[in-house]
Amino acid sequence: MEKKEKTEKKSERTIIVPGEVIASGTDFLPGEGTRREGKDIIALKFGLLEKSENLFKIIPLSGTYLPRVGNTVIGQVTDLTFNGWFIDLLSPHTGFLPVVECAGYVNKKDLAEYYNIGDMIVTKVRDLRSRSIELTMKDQTCKKLSGGFLIKINPTRVPRVIGKAGSMVTTIKNGTGCNIVVGQNGLIWIKGKDAESEIFAKEAIMKIVEKPFIDGLTDQIKEFLENKTKK
Amino acid sequence: MTEKFKRVDGRGLEELRKIEAKIGTIKRADGSAYFAFGKSRAIAAAYGPRQLFPQHLQNPEQVLLRCYYDMLSFSVTERKRPGPSRRGSEISYEATKALEPAVLVELFPNTVIDIYANILEADASTRCAAVNAASMALANGGVPMSELVTAVSIGKLDKTLVVDVCKEEEDYEEGEGATDIATAFLSKSGKLSMLHIDGNIRLSELKEALELAKKACKKIEEIQKETLKKVGD
Repeated sequence: MEKKEKTEKKSERTIIVPGEVIASGTDFLPGEGTRREGKDIIALKFGLLEKSENLFKIIPLSGTYLPRVGNTVIGQVTDLTFNGWFIDLLSPHTGFLPVVECAGYVNKKDLAEYYNIGDMIVTKVRDLRSRSIELTMKDQTCKKLSGGFLIKINPTRVPRVIGKAGSMVTTIKNGTGCNIVVGQNGLIWIKGKDAESEIFAKEAIMKIVEKPFIDGLTDQIKEFLENKTKK
Repeated sequence: MTEKFKRVDGRGLEELRKIEAKIGTIKRADGSAYFAFGKSRAIAAAYGPRQLFPQHLQNPEQVLLRCYYDMLSFSVTERKRPGPSRRGSEISYEATKALEPAVLVELFPNTVIDIYANILEADASTRCAAVNAASMALANGGVPMSELVTAVSIGKLDKTLVVDVCKEEEDYEEGEGATDIATAFLSKSGKLSMLHIDGNIRLSELKEALELAKKACKKIEEIQKETLKKVGD
């Protein structure tokens, strides 16, 4: 136990508040969430400070989802028009999925047959416009979701849930036998053989969300999964 | 100067009331905070940036910042009629303008950031408590800001300037009576973003009052920062 506590303390990063001077001097570069003002680098967001070589970056601890091109997201169909669907992504703007961005043939006369209002889909951000987010389904991961259930987490915790090169999700997938899709906008879809394993996967994910500060979390989750399966 | 002035609650002239601050008090908001000057308690929730409708309100150049200030009906001794009032909408506008220079408004065009600041208990300088809570709620909600906003009230009781007035001091009637000055400062640049004067004051006294406010704001800012940094524990 003592060893564990030590590793936890080591990884503690400093929390930064907007307006704080992170460093001064021209040797450093302002990264995401920071800005140069004169000689100083100041913080623009509330979050954890990360320094890599001479670049400062802030990992936000809270906030709404801000889309980026290439993000895989989960969204709900809210409306359909003659040439596409409107998708709610829990972000400042609604997403739009045009028919031409669908893989395969779509009967334009009856779009509701393909995706109807209320359907959940996994989709990808193709382009960002001033008032909307352009989406595409032309990707292997994109699909319509059926069955299973969704949970919502803070989008800033998503990288933790995915882990390095997907290590965390894979651990949970293997441990619970569930199929999991993590959307960058904080929606997670879980589908397993039975309700029990689904709830189990949810518990594991919530455990990650609650502990965003600790290193070596993958091992802890592995342990948690093993203990549960033994019982 | 004048002989020693005694404050109703025995505080020093530049002494603030006990400050209490918390963040994350409203779970379902994007960001939230609680801020109290003694018995003046404010709770604020920030939502957004989120979609803005009706569409004619959308601004393609910057985000719309909307701050709602309201005193809850039980916050004062005589029940306040709930809902927006003349005073409430005026302070809402004032608080919005106080917070706007700190928020990087140009980053989210066509959207809105809503802040709801409610007063749980009123004992003068409620708008200052509301602005402090709102600024912390915005930071807690991950809204990009260039700095924090800190507000404090200065009172002129007869001829003496005091920091952080309470209700009894606001009703001071001797000599020249009471003047209530609500101010807000930006934490880093030190610029003045809110100034509201109720009563009479000479220019020289106002300058002095602003200096006092700036000093007091530095103290409050430290508490705001400390509270925000406590999340990890």
